[in-house]
Amino acid sequence: MRHAFPFSAIVGQDDMKRAMVLTAVDPGIGGVLVFGDRGTGKSTAVRGLAALLPPITAVEGCPVNSAQIEDIPDWANVAKTDLVEKLTPVVDLPLGATEDRVVGALDIERALSNGEKVFEPGLLARANRGYLYIDEANLLEDHIVDLLLDVAQSGENVVEREGLSIRHAARFVLVGSGNPEEGELRPQLLDRFGLSVEVTSPKDIDTRIEVIRRRDAFDKDPEGFVTQWAEADADLRVKILAGRERVALLPTGDDVLRDCANLCVALGSDGLRGELTLLRTARALAAFEGAEKVSRSHLRAIAPLALSHRLRRDPLDEAGSSTRVTRTVEEVFL
Amino acid sequence: MSETGEERWIRANLALACFLVDPSALGGIWLRARVGPVRERFLHGLTAGLDDSKPRRLHPAMGDDALFGGVDLTATLTQGAVIRTKGILEHSGVVILPMAERAQAGMVARLSGALDGDSDLVLVALDEGAGEDERLGHGLTDRLGIHLDLEGIAIGDAPDLEIDLPALKDARALLPKVTLPENAIAELARVAMQLGVISLRAPLLALNVARASAALSGETEVGQMDLQTAVELVLAPRATQFPSATEEKQDQETPPDTSPETAPNEEAKDQPEQEPDLPPIEILLEAAKAMLPPDLLARLSAARAARSAKSSSGSGSKKKGNHRGRPLPSRAGKIGDGARVDLVATLRAAAPWQKIRRDASGQHHRLHIHASDIRVRQYQETSERAIIFVVDASGSSAMARMAEAKGAIEILLAEAYSRRDHVALVAFRGMGAEVLLPPTRSLVQTKRRLSALAGGGGTPLAAGLKLAMELGDLARSKGMTPSVAVLTDGRANVCLAGEANRLAAAEDATAMARAIRIKAFSGLVIDTGARPTKGLGELAAEMGSPYLPLPRADARSLSAAVETALSV
Repeated sequence: MRHAFPFSAIVGQDDMKRAMVLTAVDPGIGGVLVFGDRGTGKSTAVRGLAALLPPITAVEGCPVNSAQIEDIPDWANVAKTDLVEKLTPVVDLPLGATEDRVVGALDIERALSNGEKVFEPGLLARANRGYLYIDEANLLEDHIVDLLLDVAQSGENVVEREGLSIRHAARFVLVGSGNPEEGELRPQLLDRFGLSVEVTSPKDIDTRIEVIRRRDAFDKDPEGFVTQWAEADADLRVKILAGRERVALLPTGDDVLRDCANLCVALGSDGLRGELTLLRTARALAAFEGAEKVSRSHLRAIAPLALSHRLRRDPLDEAGSSTRVTRTVEEVFL
Repeated sequence: MSETGEERWIRANLALACFLVDPSALGGIWLRARVGPVRERFLHGLTAGLDDSKPRRLHPAMGDDALFGGVDLTATLTQGAVIRTKGILEHSGVVILPMAERAQAGMVARLSGALDGDSDLVLVALDEGAGEDERLGHGLTDRLGIHLDLEGIAIGDAPDLEIDLPALKDARALLPKVTLPENAIAELARVAMQLGVISLRAPLLALNVARASAALSGETEVGQMDLQTAVELVLAPRATQFPSATEEKQDQETPPDTSPETAPNEEAKDQPEQEPDLPPIEILLEAAKAMLPPDLLARLSAARAARSAKSSSGSGSKKKGNHRGRPLPSRAGKIGDGARVDLVATLRAAAPWQKIRRDASGQHHRLHIHASDIRVRQYQETSERAIIFVVDASGSSAMARMAEAKGAIEILLAEAYSRRDHVALVAFRGMGAEVLLPPTRSLVQTKRRLSALAGGGGTPLAAGLKLAMELGDLARSKGMTPSVAVLTDGRANVCLAGEANRLAAAEDATAMARAIRIKAFSGLVIDTGARPTKGLGELAAEMGSPYLPLPRADARSLSAAVETALSV
């Protein structure tokens, strides 16, 4: 496998990096949508994250990366029951992927040769407990999108086809990327992503020079470059792990809940998913930063990430959604 | 541009040489040229340079099976075990994509993904597009290092390319040793910025070209000429602005004067004489300026249009998918009556029974498929709607209620967006009409275009209707259901011929309205005048569409009215 560009070595794009780190602290936040120009390091960040994330413990050979032997689905013939450490799975969903490949299908080979009905797991199985990355999410075929939505929400992949009746856990963090000029995502799909980030190419010349310098250094000597940044990545990993432990214990006061609700009401976001995401993300940030409790400053920092894609589209407002969120945050948190 | 075909051919030669030194680092070549002997010569040179491997050819409409590999049915059936074929993109090496301008967004995305992937894939895209708006998708051109345009080079100017294989071999061996001077990266980044090249891939690719160029001339350090070559080959073709906005006018005249400068650059290969100091950024910029096409300004204004055209074809691929219908699960059926057999599904259905059937029939070396196993494909057709807004941007309208009309359109747009309708914008003013936006789903695009809409001039209503009708025809040919919403204050005063003749204008408008009626597009005429205009009601009747005076009330009630009118 090729080396991934180290996550810590990505210059700038702080919002994107923060959003991804927060989903690593609390996978329940529910995915990141990255919208932006070409060549802004969207794909690089996702692949960097894979290398950065702490390994998971899973049953060896389990197709859905089960953590315990009891969790192995009954259709899977797992011979060994040893627990092994493996990298957090980051599964690419290619644009052309067929439904068979995504949800899994009958294993034709076994069926033809032995006459056995065996399930061949798809990408969703492999992505369990990890990340599912969709590049150009806005170009994905509608029926695949529907399918992903369903699974992402329920955390379970149910396959009812070709006489198979199979279900397995499919809890993953969706990471989507795309360019809004090439077609937009349906509001339903937007809402399912926990966080959204808009990235742009850096305009500052020094930043650009630094980006090119690092990328070039990486291309010339991947191994050396990764070693050079290993420490920074390790530090980040430690912080993520510490955050994960703290996140469940972190006290959240009623005032914070009230703030969340007020904010969502003021912005007129549909449904309650906005509040929930806001709360979880703020808590993840507080845990990641090692704070004693969730405070307004955390909410303020993550509100644009958590809410900007949940607003009703207002074609009359020229300002971007995140500006609107920031403005409203200032009004609500007077 | 005063640069001769010969000079351009020499540069193409240089580009090819740089490319051949390190194909995978440069990503590929985007070659704009029609089929012809010049292109053939270039490709011949390319093939000759790739001594070890033959480039494979793609097709813009190639399916995923061929690209990424799939089940080899024949082999699978004969062997009784699944045999997979290896997809073209799973190999490394050079692939050629002819007719690249025909590649749909999905294909572009797949190829982009493949280029980013682990295999050392190199793409040579042969773009035969005629105009600026007919070209390969941006996502892919961004990843291809070298952009070349062979259009207009005469065959006489293009002798056979000399590919010096031993020299290439030496250069490849030397390449890992090539070092960069301290400030090369900064120089390239600055030049890219000055030229308005936003993508960060471009300077990186330029860097690799500079290295290749240095290796070609037998140097171990990137020098001035190499950077200049890199700027010429990679950055200049991507320029979106003149290096300095204040010098714009002046620069437009400069290219003829500076073009001789490019000649020495070409000689750099033969004379590896190197200046110790790196050039100040100005020299690189000069080199780039010399390379800028003379019609850059014109292209800049067209760039947005081109972008939208591209993105409309981007959503077009989706549209096509819908046109063909959303695939539903295959169901049991009979062969014949035009149904398409889903071979894989049929095999799947038959597979579990093979053992039993073999045992029962005693024939163990064949596949037993019974009629009950046959599965046929089915699609769910959903026709999409394309709402074509015909907006009156004439002086009278602009004076009166342009802002309200815009507001109304924006609300309609937002709704069209939530219903996933396609929206197109046609504006008419002055002497004619123009398509501001071909059918698209991108709200971002539409908003931007609408806010940039200026008012003023006469009211060529007929021209607007004509264009809308043509757009409607186009949309229908793509399987959409077009609707035409006209927003005007009604006083047509410019006829189709572009003359200010009130009488002829009214006649033309009526004729066009009839034509639209014959096409059976559903439609709507919205009167944006201060008072309802009598003539407009008649026009609406000719069009066979409802007539709606824009209520003074809020634009939302208007949108509701439009909704009911159009859904008829």
